[in-house]
Amino acid sequence: MHSQTTALRGREVHVSLGGREVLHGIDISLIAGHWTSIVGPNGAGKSTLLKALAGVLPATGSIYLFSEEILAMDRTHRARQLSWLGQNEPASDDLRVWDVVMLGRLPHQTWLAAPSAHDRAVVETALQATQAWAWRERCLGQLSGGERQRVLLARAMAVQAPVMLMDEPLTNLDPPHQVDWLEQVRCLTSQGTTVISVLHEVGMALHADDMVVMQAGRVVHQGACHDAATHRAVEAVFDKRIAIQSMDGQWVALPKL
Amino acid sequence: MTHDTARISPLLTALILSVLCGLLIGLGSAVGSTGFESWRNAMQDNTAWQIVWEIRLPRSVGACAAGALLGLAGALAQGLFRNPLADPYLLGSAAGASLGVATSLALLGGSPFATEWMVRMGLTGAAFVGAVLAVVLTLVLARGVQHTLRLLLAGVIVGVVFSAMASLVALIRPEVQQAMQGFLLGSTSFVGWSACVLMLSVLAFSMLISYALSRVLDALTLGESTALSLGLPLLPARVALVSVLALATGTAVAQTGLVAFVGLAAPHLVRSWVKTRHHWIVVLSALMGGVLLSGADLLARMLLSPQELPVGVLTAVLGGGYLLWLMYRSQVARAA
Repeated sequence: MHSQTTALRGREVHVSLGGREVLHGIDISLIAGHWTSIVGPNGAGKSTLLKALAGVLPATGSIYLFSEEILAMDRTHRARQLSWLGQNEPASDDLRVWDVVMLGRLPHQTWLAAPSAHDRAVVETALQATQAWAWRERCLGQLSGGERQRVLLARAMAVQAPVMLMDEPLTNLDPPHQVDWLEQVRCLTSQGTTVISVLHEVGMALHADDMVVMQAGRVVHQGACHDAATHRAVEAVFDKRIAIQSMDGQWVALPKL
Repeated sequence: MTHDTARISPLLTALILSVLCGLLIGLGSAVGSTGFESWRNAMQDNTAWQIVWEIRLPRSVGACAAGALLGLAGALAQGLFRNPLADPYLLGSAAGASLGVATSLALLGGSPFATEWMVRMGLTGAAFVGAVLAVVLTLVLARGVQHTLRLLLAGVIVGVVFSAMASLVALIRPEVQQAMQGFLLGSTSFVGWSACVLMLSVLAFSMLISYALSRVLDALTLGESTALSLGLPLLPARVALVSVLALATGTAVAQTGLVAFVGLAAPHLVRSWVKTRHHWIVVLSALMGGVLLSGADLLARMLLSPQELPVGVLTAVLGGGYLLWLMYRSQVARAA
């Protein structure tokens, strides 16, 4: 097995929001080319950690993206290395789907330059991959929640960054499109992309390679998704209200009634 | 139900709006208390030439330029605050300008007719200084430009306090009330060539900056974090755009008073007709603002001719009607 490089690493990461500390010194390292899912109960600090790792939220401590300190990196250079898909971010209704996805190409374009043929090809590929190509001329305001989410996912994919951070990417997606998302993530990691996602759906999160389990602003466990210790940690942070079991070769989370 | 609204290309829209601007300026130079006569005789008759060249034309060009400044400022405000109902006066510039005008009127005393031009010049400067001071105060209160909600709140506070102070000045010196009212309603009747040159230069400068930073506005439509993650220089771009917003609004307000609704309606109309990115929206909103204010100015001069209405009254009535219609339409759309 080849040696595993680290894509993102956080050391002693503290974040305070509104004067209250929400992350209490997180140490974390995420393996390149792996899909890591972050799970934990509401208010555990999952989204905050993801934002801090993306460099879009001020944090103390140090965060390294491929051994470069993320806040010291050149903005454009960082934007090409790391793509971000936020949760419930407000998006203007008036923007055309095509233009939204083309925004993902911004880090690759020089200021005020028109999109190149390559940019257009990448945008088309991303729209096809999320099955949003048919609506490219429509405005975001004319789409349903799930359709919108697929367009935003295409936007994040269009960056073609080696590291992708996604906060609740399954919001509003119906089951077939959740499965599509899963396949896209598998496809991305098979090409060497590192994917880190915060997921509420524990069952989906268990399909990842690695899992980070959080509770009350701390990482309580980090390990492989098929590892029994990981399963016990997940059950513990959810107050043993769920049980993780194997079914047809997949791990599933069942409610404990 | 998924019927796409017919799309007009931005370029075509820009052409149509430019032609409309030109037409309205042309018409504006032909309309006035002496009617078409002056325009027809302008080549032979010196007085007629002066009426057209020294009064009507600068005023028509000025109305168009002020409208364009407000339209551009409105597009910037709506993009920056990510709110389709944002308006260029949001940062307190309108109230600041009123206070500036009230103070200078009170200090200069009632205006005997002979010094009207001098007073007018003083008023223009005072309005501009007041508008800029109000925006600076808003920025200080909001501790910068980063927090949109704080910025809007600070703008409201500054607006209320400055308006109250302006009213207080008017209460203490009742003789300034009438001149003050004229300013508050907005009027293009005092715009000369120097004002036109000033407004057009500010417009060109503001447009250049806005066009160059239009990508930031595009990215901001996807939220702060996404814009940051795309590697955009968010803070410097915001500072630049807020400054341009204040400069454009202050310049327009100083020359034509508080013209209502143009800054809100122009970008709104553009976005409902053309679905495009901000590099077009800023250009089209400026053109649309020019068309709206030129058109309103023309109407204001024609409706009660040879008397004229303050143009602000017309834009308020027309703009209010437009918003009402929008509200009605969206209610119907929701009910359907």
